[in-house]
Amino acid sequence: MCLGVPGKVLEVQGNVAVVDFFGLRRPVLLDVVDEPVAPGDFVLNHVGYAIRRIPPDQAQATLAFYEQLLGEAAEDAMAADVRGEITGTGEPKGPDDGSV
Amino acid sequence: MDPSEQARRELKFRDPGKGRALAATLARVVADLGRAPVAVMHVCGSHEQAIAKFGLRATFPKGLDVIMGPGCPVCVTDVPEVDEAVALAEQGVRVATYGDMLRVPGSAASLADAQAEGASIDVVYGAAQAVEVARRTEDEVVFFASGFETTAVATAAVLLGHPPTNFSVLSAHKYIPPVMEIVAEMPGTRIEGFLAAGHAATITGWGVFEPFVERHGIPVVVAGFEPLDILAGLVKLVDLIAEGRPRVENMYPRCVTRDGNRNAQERLWRVFRPTGGCWRGIAHVPNGNLRLRDEFAEFDARRRFTIDLRGVRMRSPRALVDQCRCGEIMSGTASPRDCRLFGRECVPETPVGACMVSSEGTCKIWHQYGGHPDLRSRA
Amino acid sequence: MKLRSAAPDERIGLKHGAGGRAMRALIEQVLARGFIDPAGANGFGLAAMDDGAALRIGDRWLVITTDSHVIHPIFFPGGDIGRLAVAGTVNDLAVMGVTDILGLTCAVIVEVGFPRADLERIQQSMQATCLEAGTTVLTGDTKVMGKGEIDGIVINTTGIGLTSRVVPDRGLGPGDRILVSGTIGDHGLAILATRHGLELEGEIRSDVTPLGGLVQTVLAAAGDGIVAMKDPTRGGLASALHEMAEKSEVGILLDEAAIPVSPAVRSAAELLGIDPLHVANEGKAVIGVHPEAAEKVLAALRAHPAGLDAAIVGTCVAEPVGRIIVDTGFGRRLLVEPEGEPLPRIC
Repeated sequence: MCLGVPGKVLEVQGNVAVVDFFGLRRPVLLDVVDEPVAPGDFVLNHVGYAIRRIPPDQAQATLAFYEQLLGEAAEDAMAADVRGEITGTGEPKGPDDGSV
Repeated sequence: MDPSEQARRELKFRDPGKGRALAATLARVVADLGRAPVAVMHVCGSHEQAIAKFGLRATFPKGLDVIMGPGCPVCVTDVPEVDEAVALAEQGVRVATYGDMLRVPGSAASLADAQAEGASIDVVYGAAQAVEVARRTEDEVVFFASGFETTAVATAAVLLGHPPTNFSVLSAHKYIPPVMEIVAEMPGTRIEGFLAAGHAATITGWGVFEPFVERHGIPVVVAGFEPLDILAGLVKLVDLIAEGRPRVENMYPRCVTRDGNRNAQERLWRVFRPTGGCWRGIAHVPNGNLRLRDEFAEFDARRRFTIDLRGVRMRSPRALVDQCRCGEIMSGTASPRDCRLFGRECVPETPVGACMVSSEGTCKIWHQYGGHPDLRSRA
Repeated sequence: MKLRSAAPDERIGLKHGAGGRAMRALIEQVLARGFIDPAGANGFGLAAMDDGAALRIGDRWLVITTDSHVIHPIFFPGGDIGRLAVAGTVNDLAVMGVTDILGLTCAVIVEVGFPRADLERIQQSMQATCLEAGTTVLTGDTKVMGKGEIDGIVINTTGIGLTSRVVPDRGLGPGDRILVSGTIGDHGLAILATRHGLELEGEIRSDVTPLGGLVQTVLAAAGDGIVAMKDPTRGGLASALHEMAEKSEVGILLDEAAIPVSPAVRSAAELLGIDPLHVANEGKAVIGVHPEAAEKVLAALRAHPAGLDAAIVGTCVAEPVGRIIVDTGFGRRLLVEPEGEPLPRIC
C-alpha cells in the first residue's frame, strides 16, 4: 500500500483540500502534511491524506538530476548513441563531427 | 503550455526516450562492474508493481538481479493476525478492511470466507472511510489496519481525531527498516544494495537508513515510483556499489528529505509503539510491528474485545501450506517460479500463500504478468 | 467453512459471470453441452462462442444475439440500463457485420416495489436509443418477482439482423493491424466511480452508444479488408484481444502509447490501481484489418462522430500464439487476461 499520487491543490477549507489529480478531483485531508498548503501547491496523497507538499521547482530539479546521470557518461560512445536517441535523430554520431 | 500544466506533466516522469537512455546507462554501469550477477533488493510492493507495469524487467541488464524483498504489507501480515480479524468477524463484529486483505488466508479461512458465511465486512480505501462506516451505524466497527509506516500515519491521524466510541483498530501495521536488518543479516544473502521505498521515506526521512548503512556497509538509494525514478535509482545504486563507499543517496528529492515529515512522525509515534512480532514467512522481526500505545487502549480492538481464536484454529490446516514458499520469496532467496505451487494450485482465485493474494505480492504480480515479468524465458 | 481446492467449482461464483476464462469454461463444460450446432456452411452457433450466431438464409446470413442486463446501479453517468440493453445488443450484431437490423425483443423482470417512474425513465431511454440505432422493439415479456427475489430489474434483449457477410472474431492473420474505435475503459470506470461514491468530480461518463452506423461506415470503406471484429465489454480490451488471438491462432503486439485513454479515465484507474485495459466498454469496437486497408479504415472511423479517437494500436504476429505482448515504451510485458471483470454487475 505504498501508492502515493501527486496532485494539485485547487481549494483549501480547514483541514480538507480539494485536489486535482491530472483531471480528477478528490478531497484530501491535511492533518499530517509537513507544511501549510495553499491552492496552487502540489501534494503527494496517500490513502486520502496529503503526506508531502511538493516544492514547485522540484519537478524541474529532478529532471535535471536525471540529465546529470546521463551526462556523466560523456566520454562513452554508448552514451553518444543514447544522446542521439534523446535528441530524436536516432543516429549514432560518427567521430568526424567532433563529438566523442 | 502554462507553467503549472507543465509541472503537472513533469510530475509523471515517463518520457520513454529518457527511459531508454537510462536503461542503456544501467547496462553500462553493470557491465563496468565486471562481476555479474550483482543482486540488489527493493522492499516495496509498489516498486514491483511499477516495474511490472512498465515492463522494466525486460530492459534490466542480465548481470543485474533486482529482487523483491518483504515489501508487501499484506503478504507479511501473519496468520494469527488474520485469524484475529476473522474471529472478530465471526463473533459478529463489523470489520472494515483494505480490499487486499479480504482474501488473505489465515489458519483456515479468510475474511472473504467469513463474509460468504454472513459476517459483516466493509471494504474501505482508507482509515478515514472506516471511521465513516462507524459513524453511520450503532454496531461495533473494527478497522483491520494493515500496511507499513506510510499507511500507519493515516490510522494515527484518525485516532487522534476523536473517532466515535463504536470504532476501534486491530493493528497489523509494520515498520520496514527493522526487516532490512534481518535480510542483511541472513546467511547466504547476496544483496549488495537496497532500493528504499520513496513514500515511506517521505514520512521517515532518509536519515533513518544511515545507521543501517553504517552497520552493514550496504548502500541504500531512496527512489520514487515513476519509471525514470526507478531506472535512475538503480543506476545510482550500482554506482555506489562500484564506488565501494556505502552511503545513503536520495534520488527522490521532490518528496524525501533527510528528516522527513516531522508532523506525520510525531503523530505516528504518539499513537504507535514498535514491538517485536512475526512477519509471515520471516519469523521474528524485532521492532517490526506497530501496536497501539496504552493511552489509546480504548480504541485498541485487542483490548476492547476478547478475541476467541479457538473456533478458527480448530479447522485442520491445508496440506498445501507446507509447500508454500512465500517466506523465501519474500526474503528474496527464491523466486515464484521456484515454487511448485505457483500457477498451479496457487493462483489468485485459490491462493495458498499471501504473496498470491495481495496486489503487491511478488507471486500475484508475476502471475498477473503471465509468470514471465522479464519476457526472457518462456515456461 | 469450506476449504479451497483446485477442482472444478461445485458452486457458481461471481467469476463465472465476469466474461473471462472462468465463464468460457463454464459455458464449454456445462451450458453449451449437447446442443446440436448448425452444420458447416449453414452457419455457426454455440460452439463458436462468438458475439452471436449466424444462420444461412438464401444468399444472406441471419444473425441473432441475446444479452441479459443486470447492471448496478441502473442509472449512471452517460446512460442507464435501458440504453445499455438496446446498445449492447445492437453492438453485438454490428460487430458481426450486420448491416440490416430487423429488430429487438425485450424481456423485463422487475422486483416488487420498483418505482414506476424509474421504469418509465428506462423505457424512454430505450426508445431514444432505438431511434438512434435505427431499430425498434418488436416483442417482449414482462415478469414480476417478490421483494428480495431479484435485485431491482433485469432486462434481456435479443437482436436479429441480416448481412451478406458475417465478420467473425477469429479471422486475424500475422501482419494484420488492430484498431480500436475510441477511448478505452470509460464504461467500467464510470460505474466504479458511481458505485463507490468515490467523489471523483471529473469527466468520466459511460461510453454506452449504438455502433451500427459506425460499423457500416467502416465496412463500406474496406469491405473484405476487415477480417475480425469484437466489442470489448466485460473483461475489457484485454479479454477481447485474448479471445481474438486464441481463436485466430496468432499473437498480438500492442503499442501501449497508441491506445487511446481519456485523461480522466487514466487518472481514476491509476488512483484505484485498475488497468483500463481490463475494464468494460459499451460503445467501442475492436477491428482487425489487413495492413493495406488500415489507414483507410482509420480515416473512416475518425470521420464518424462515434470514432473520433480511433487509433491503430497493434499488429498481429505469428508467435507467440494466443499471447498479447505490450510495448510500454520503457520495456515489454505480457498483457494477461483478467480472470474476470474487476467489477461485478458491470453490464
